[in-house]
Amino acid sequence: MRLQLENFTKAFDGVPVIEDMNLQVEDGEMLALLGPSGCGKSTTLFAIAGIYRADGGRILFGERDMSNLPSQRRNVGVVFQNYALYPHMSVQENIAFPLTVGKNRMRKADTVRPVREIAELIHIEELLARKPAQLSGGQQQRVALARALVRRPDVLLLDEPLANLDAKLRLEMRSEIRRIQRETGITAILVTHDQVEAMSMCDRVAIMNKGEILQIAPPTEMYRSPVSRFVAGFLGNPPIVFLDGHVTGECGFTMEQGLSLPLPQRLRGLSSGQSLTLGVRPEHFGTSGAAVASGKVTFVEPQGRETLFDVETAPGVVLRSIQPARQDVGIGDTVSWPVDAEHLLAFDAAGTRL
Amino acid sequence: MTRNFSMLPLLLVIVLVSLPLMVMYGFLVLDTFTDAPPGELWPDRFTLRHWRFLFDPTEVGNVWAASFNSLVLACSMMAIVLSVSTTAAYAISRLHLPFRRFFLAGILVMHGFPAVTLIIGVFFVLNLTGLYDTMIGVILVKGSLMLPFGIWIMKGFYDAVPWEIEMAGVQDGAGRFTVWWRLILPQVRPGLVALGVFAFLDGWGEYVLPRILAPSSDIQVLSVFLNELIAGDQLGYDFNLFKSVGLFYTLPVILLYLIFQNRLMNIFGGGTKG
Repeated sequence: MRLQLENFTKAFDGVPVIEDMNLQVEDGEMLALLGPSGCGKSTTLFAIAGIYRADGGRILFGERDMSNLPSQRRNVGVVFQNYALYPHMSVQENIAFPLTVGKNRMRKADTVRPVREIAELIHIEELLARKPAQLSGGQQQRVALARALVRRPDVLLLDEPLANLDAKLRLEMRSEIRRIQRETGITAILVTHDQVEAMSMCDRVAIMNKGEILQIAPPTEMYRSPVSRFVAGFLGNPPIVFLDGHVTGECGFTMEQGLSLPLPQRLRGLSSGQSLTLGVRPEHFGTSGAAVASGKVTFVEPQGRETLFDVETAPGVVLRSIQPARQDVGIGDTVSWPVDAEHLLAFDAAGTRL
Repeated sequence: MTRNFSMLPLLLVIVLVSLPLMVMYGFLVLDTFTDAPPGELWPDRFTLRHWRFLFDPTEVGNVWAASFNSLVLACSMMAIVLSVSTTAAYAISRLHLPFRRFFLAGILVMHGFPAVTLIIGVFFVLNLTGLYDTMIGVILVKGSLMLPFGIWIMKGFYDAVPWEIEMAGVQDGAGRFTVWWRLILPQVRPGLVALGVFAFLDGWGEYVLPRILAPSSDIQVLSVFLNELIAGDQLGYDFNLFKSVGLFYTLPVILLYLIFQNRLMNIFGGGTKG
């Protein structure tokens, strides 16, 4: 079901946290709300769930205005960060709980079949008799997901669902949640502060800061053409390096510390002397390109398949480079590596991309 | 477990300090089954005659009636304290209650307030309402004096239940009452059990309130009954009889403690274990 926020506003104790936010999630789409802590992404999620009342604007599921309905009548499935399983109930009872309450409640015997169906979808059939305390983190996560889905909700909300898992399980659950979302075709919103999760799991990413959505785009597009310095800095691991300097000549860029680089062709025509911030992603330094930057290697981080280098190209100016694993360069070596100038990102003084 | 000091001295001190208590309890039990020659400490013969009060009302009066009254008082305490504490504490812990801070402060003050100082006022109120010298009057007064403690303890248990469990319940489509009854209450069950036992024991052991507020003999509770045995103006108390009735009075308490000792410790832990 399509989900829409219109001029959504939320304040706590009179202090507005989110003002006039507009957001649309298409039917069957999975959208990530990505942002640093305190940016309002969880507030938005809880407002959609009905845990928080919106102070202004409308929340629409399809054509229905849900703004003033209590949580119980919104038909939203929520997976909480700490799973919030009911510790005194077995897995079977946990998943069956949503079916046994509310207006259309079922008798306990009737819940066996739907619970089994959802358990099969989520691969937890063999766990139904256990108590939550007897499950691993990943299994608890699956049970929470099953419980959220058993009522066939219109919208599935995931609040930092992977934050409490260890690295390997996180990888597994990432693709699992995506698979389940695809198979059920449910509209889903994922709240996360982890850009890898957001990019790998979702159709589109909405990046938020200070209660505002800065950009909504498919992950790749957002990575390639971020609208602002903040977005560029938030996406990418290892992160982008920002260089503050100014335009020189027809199409050049110089930093006070001495580093000079050419600007991409598309930025030809900027007035000379204009201050500018250049963003260099690590994959655009050291692999290919026409321009060259040289300096001394100050740090080497082998990551198995790839190696990460820090190169000091001018006093205090460190460029980062990620390359297929190589061992011929070590700390202290002087290198001259190509810079892919056409892929550099440039931002004006206000942080907007040029 | 590794110990970096010897436990022996500690044990010795504990034994020494509690020795007088143990001796007294020993003699309490021993003296109910034996007779000692006048002036001697050590008994010389076994007898069951001190326990005749159990079936012979001419001995000291009807002990079963007093036991029944004590039981009524204790059970009412349990019922009142449990029902009011579970609901009131939930409201104070979780709901946006008007005057919540006022209630909290009030409970804390009442919790530490010496109840006996209220007794004259309470007497007048009971007299006015016609509840003086009735069991209901005693129950109401004792119950209200115990409630601050119960509410405070239960609030601690509710506070320890994760907020998300409640939210998850609401998202699953359950009303607030269903959530409380089916999801939250089971989480605080250790607290309920402990508080219930405490309330029962407190009611069972109460002496001052029934003594002052319900002096009639037909609603006499065991503690008052026991007191009459030695407070009377008759000559020569039968200490062995007194000890027998005393032991009879204490047995349920000891039994409850034995059964629930682990659960009672929960109250001081103040929460559920994951």
